[in-house]
Formats: sequence, C-alpha cells, structure tokens
Amino acid sequence: MIRVQGVDFEPGAEIDRLLRGRTAVGGVASFIGIVRDDLHGPALRAMTLEHYPGMTERMLAAIEQEANRRWRLSASLIIHRYGRMVPGDRIVLVVTAAPHRQEALESCQFLIDWLKTKAPFWKREETEEGEHWVEAQVRDDVAAAKWQTEPSAN
Amino acid sequence: MEVLYFAWVRDRVGTAREQVDPPESVSTVGELARWLASRSNGHAAAFRDCELLRAAVNQEHVPFGHPVAAGDEVAFFPPMTGG
Repeated sequence: MIRVQGVDFEPGAEIDRLLRGRTAVGGVASFIGIVRDDLHGPALRAMTLEHYPGMTERMLAAIEQEANRRWRLSASLIIHRYGRMVPGDRIVLVVTAAPHRQEALESCQFLIDWLKTKAPFWKREETEEGEHWVEAQVRDDVAAAKWQTEPSAN
Repeated sequence: MEVLYFAWVRDRVGTAREQVDPPESVSTVGELARWLASRSNGHAAAFRDCELLRAAVNQEHVPFGHPVAAGDEVAFFPPMTGG
C-alpha cells in the first residue's frame, strides 16, 4: 500500500492498521525519515518537498511491487509526505511485515534505499542564510546500487 | 507534446509546464533537450549541462537516448532527493 500526502502520519496507528487480522506475521520492520537540522551547516528553518504527482505514485507502487517480488512479505506500506515541513517533522514511513525478521528487515532497507533514488521528490531547504535545492548524494546511489543483486533464494 | 519541469529546472525555465511542437528532426529526449534550450535564456540555463538532468517519458525514468513522440508527457528534473 502506498500513500502520498501533505499531512503528517502516526506511525503506531499505521502499523496497527496494517497488521490488523494478519496472524501469519512474525516480524515488522519500519523506517521513519525525519527533517534534520544538520549541526554543521547554517540552521535549518524549514524544508519543502516537491513531487511529480502521478509519477510519484507509479514509482512508489513499482518499488513496493519489486520488494514483494524479492521477499515473501505479509504486508507493506509506504507513506511519503510533500509540502513544507520543519526540523523534527516526519517525512516518510516504510513498514514491512513478514513471517520472519530477515525478510522484514531487508525489504524495509531496500524500499527506503530505492525510494531515495527513484521516487520523484526534491527537497528545498530554507536556512538562516537563504534557500537552496538539496543536491543528490553519491552515497544514496551507492546504497541503491547494492540492491541490484537480488538476495539469494533460501 | 507536454513538457514538465521540476525543482531548479523549473526555476530556471520559469514555468512548470508547457505545450511544445518540436520539428520532426527531434526524435529523442536528448534532441528535445537541445531544442528546448534554444527557446529562451531561461531554457538555455536549465539545459546548459544535461549531465545534471534526469528525464521521464510518460512518467517512466528514461535515458536521454529514449524516443519521444507527439502526445508524450516529457519531464526534466534534477536527480531526486526524497526519503
């Protein structure tokens, strides 16, 4: 399940809703991305996330489908926000549920790594020194690329 | 053909989307980018270095050698920074 929304989400409630009635789940992994005020740069006042409506939903659905192809998952959820947020605000939630922990943990990391380089979102930061678009990080490409090789079947 | 721009590409071009009718010689994303660059100073600034850009045709990521045709939705944007 995927959702793209402007408003905040409540992780506990989302996980409860996802798991309701699913008794074959043995483990749940989650990742919550948060607006960070980097201690080394000028103080961050806010961050605005722009996205490409339509393509965003398509890409998130495709990434989720790929995770379900690679791992045996009981349920999965991606929520990604857009709009203006301040430090401490939640940006993204990834939840994966599976019979065993390995599938849940691996697929959760896969989803956030792929999402960062494939879902059409762009961050614009407002700092005390002005506004600028955030540049993509090479380390994000490296993190995504390590999933080009699929996990060995077991 | 509808062309969409996002993030700093939109800032430089000065518009979020525009309808364009490129000549028949424009058959790939890369050729479209070069043709668009000639439309204004803002376009030229946005497309100065295509290495910095990514593209999508009909909402799918594509390389700059990918074909484009009338009726396509083509988007240009910087590398993504979500998550």
